[in-house]
Amino acid sequence: MADEKLYLYPIWIRIWHWLNAVFFIVLLLTGISMQYSNPDNPFLISFELSVQLHNIFGILISINYLIFIIGNLFTSNGKQYKMKTKGLFKRLYDQSVFYLFGMFKKQDPPFDISVENKFNPLQRFIYSTAMYIGFPIIIASGFALLFPEIIIPQIFGLSGILITALIHVIIGFILSLFLFIHIYVCTIGASISSNFKSMITGWH
Amino acid sequence: MKLLKLLLVCSLFLAGILVNAQEKEANKNHSCLKCHGHTTFKYMNEDFGMEIKESMCANRMIDTLAYAQSNHGMFKCTDCHSPEYETFPHPGQLRMELMYACNDCHGGDPEYAKFHFEAIEEAFYESMHYNRSPDAFTCWSCHNPHTYKTQARVGENIIETVRYDNNICLSCHADVSKYELLTERENINILQSHDWLPNQELHFKSVRCIECHTQLSDSLLVSHVVMPRDSAIRECTSCHSANSHLMASLYRYKSLESRKGGGFLNAVILNDSYVIGANRNQYLNILSVVIFGLVLIGIFTHALIRILKRK
Ligand code: HEC
Ligand code: HEC
Ligand code: HEC
Ligand code: HEC
Ligand code: HEC
Ligand code: HEC
Ligand code: HEC
Ligand code: HEM
Repeated sequence: MADEKLYLYPIWIRIWHWLNAVFFIVLLLTGISMQYSNPDNPFLISFELSVQLHNIFGILISINYLIFIIGNLFTSNGKQYKMKTKGLFKRLYDQSVFYLFGMFKKQDPPFDISVENKFNPLQRFIYSTAMYIGFPIIIASGFALLFPEIIIPQIFGLSGILITALIHVIIGFILSLFLFIHIYVCTIGASISSNFKSMITGWH
Repeated sequence: MKLLKLLLVCSLFLAGILVNAQEKEANKNHSCLKCHGHTTFKYMNEDFGMEIKESMCANRMIDTLAYAQSNHGMFKCTDCHSPEYETFPHPGQLRMELMYACNDCHGGDPEYAKFHFEAIEEAFYESMHYNRSPDAFTCWSCHNPHTYKTQARVGENIIETVRYDNNICLSCHADVSKYELLTERENINILQSHDWLPNQELHFKSVRCIECHTQLSDSLLVSHVVMPRDSAIRECTSCHSANSHLMASLYRYKSLESRKGGGFLNAVILNDSYVIGANRNQYLNILSVVIFGLVLIGIFTHALIRILKRK
């Protein structure tokens, strides 16, 4: 990694990020408690409480997401999420090869981190997909379930609520996979905890 | 040629008889429905020799179409009501007429054994409604004699069945004029008494009142023991869990049918609505566990190699 310190995470991104992390984890736990609802399982949150918490934190994470969108629209942080399609595949491939083999051979990372370019290509791609595709879908389907009267009752002979709920659950599942991988990959830094410290202090 | 003509004439004649018979069938109740099927009726005032037109009060009116399509639509009015109703004004003592109960006709009839009329009657005697007003509350209070039609047993669409069955309860619980015939108690505002239930409108559309308000019954398709309010189901998980209550009631008939057809247990719920916690598609479940497992294995091996290669 780069030797001199870089200020990569402005304060608003840090606040957004940690709120987002807390909200998302509550949503994940309550979501699982509803999907696998079982009054006899002591590890699950009670259904009634789960519904209430999930509704409240769903709204909170949506507002927080709005902050993220607005922040990225009006600051230079938004640029970090744009990528050129040309050569994208090659860049993703190079970075993956580094994670799978290169880093064990003590090679240098193929892409340098700078203030203009704080994510490596893989991060850039995955963060953009999660934030600009995954989040809008899960928020939209979540709101539809909160106000079911706006859902088309029947789609191809299936209940509209059923389809909306399936979309919501599947994207939720994918985002929770993202979360596990995300946290793990964040331990790959100068030391295991250095990336987490960066996300707290802003300095990389 | 002559033969052909003869045939033609004969068939026309036959068709005529058939149409006539059909008309008669439809008109068998005309003598009553000419008054009871309309908002107004006329009668002759013999004393003054003039025809008088009056309005028919709404709860004496009969929906002709719904009557024809109902379970008992083939009956003449006078099969259940006294033939003396042919005269107008109706004789006063007819008010005291004793009406048939369901089991006067259906009791012990093997043709209707699958409906378990006797067991339903016993259940009804246990119900809170009967015990609060034993004289006034009868089977007819819920089964409108002129419109009742079997629904749950034959209904294709669960939402339709829910609407039909709930409208039975709402005929009193959303209409004071019928409710107050049976009690002195102040009207119950059910929107208020259920304000603890989130998505109330959706629940009332996709789940029946009797799901929460009756005892489950193994032998009856439609449980008839409506319980007092303290015994009503309130736990969300009695529906929102893998062994959902609904599989034993609302979805029972259909799930038995679809299981026979080789479908899996959740087939019914899966198409008509989404009950959080009860809808679990086995295949999606297995798939998600496998994917999740692979991701975890990936992370662990990566971490392991990192530890081994450290130094
Ligand atoms: C000329 C119009 C007319 C005809 C025909 C008529 N009704 Fe009525 N009927 C009325 C009116 C008006 C009332 C309400 C006043 C009353 O209760 O007498 C009524 C009331 C009734 C009631 C309710 C009585 C009660 O106890 O409240 C019944 C049952 C009834 N009719 C059955 C019949 C049947 C069965 C026929 C056909 C055989 C018939 N009516 C033919 C006008 C008619
Ligand atoms: C299967 C039996 C049955 C048949 C057939 C039937 N009725 Fe009735 N009817 C009843 C019963 C039972 C009641 C009393 C309802 C109650 O107690 O709530 C009743 C009540 C009535 C009333 C009083 C108002 C009311 O709805 O309570 C009228 C009017 C009436 N019937 C007219 C008719 C006419 C007209 C026909 C023919 C088109 C007819 N009925 C056919 C069983 C029948
Ligand atoms: C006057 C006699 C009589 C009374 C009273 C009566 N029924 Fe019936 N019911 C019949 C007859 C006869 C049939 C068959 C009609 C047909 O085949 O078209 C029938 C049909 C039915 C059916 C449909 C059966 C099927 O095979 O689809 C149901 C359900 C039913 N009745 C329920 C009731 C209920 C509930 C009551 C009381 C609220 C009641 N009946 C009162 C005579 C009666
Ligand atoms: C509190 C309201 C209520 C009362 C009172 C009531 N029922 Fe019902 N009953 C229902 C409802 C709701 C259904 C479901 C109708 C449907 O979807 O077919 C039903 C269905 C039935 C069925 C059809 C069951 C089947 O297996 O298809 C029969 C038969 C029946 N009732 C008989 C009776 C008899 C007999 C009585 C009186 C002893 C009675 N009911 C009293 C509400 C009531
Ligand atoms: C999810 C379960 C559920 C469903 C569905 C449901 N109820 Fe209830 N209902 C309850 C519970 C629990 C209570 C007791 C509430 C209390 O004690 O505060 C209750 C109370 C009532 C009361 C008594 C209220 C009072 O203030 O005394 C009536 C009447 C009632 N329900 C009618 C209905 C009708 C009609 C429907 C269908 C449109 C229906 N319920 C659907 C669970 C349900
Ligand atoms: C013919 C009118 C009528 C119909 C139909 C009817 N109810 Fe009721 N219901 C009443 C009356 C009247 C009361 C009040 C009884 C009392 O306490 O005096 C009542 C009370 C109740 C209560 C409150 C019990 C308590 O402990 O206070 C519940 C729950 C209830 N009904 C549920 C139902 C359900 C479920 C249905 C449909 C299957 C239904 N009712 C259909 C008239 C009706
Ligand atoms: C009697 C069964 C029953 C009970 C009890 C019940 N529900 Fe439901 N609930 C349903 C059904 C059925 C649906 C599915 C509606 C659909 O998809 O049409 C549903 C849907 C929902 C939804 C989804 C709304 C949406 O937008 O998709 C929520 C949230 C919910 N219930 C919460 C609760 C809570 C909280 C409780 C306890 C206080 C509860 N339910 C009790 C049957 C029940
Ligand atoms: C699902 C919830 C989460 C989402 C959607 C998410 C998303 C993101 C995004 C988009 C960034 C880049 C921010 C930027 O623009 O600079 C980021 C960075 C980071 N996140 Fe998360 N995050 C989540 C949960 C977590 C959790 C729970 C942790 C740790 C406990 C964590 C630790 C970090 C760290 C250390 C960084 C900075 C390292 C880097 O640049 O990759 N995140 N996260």
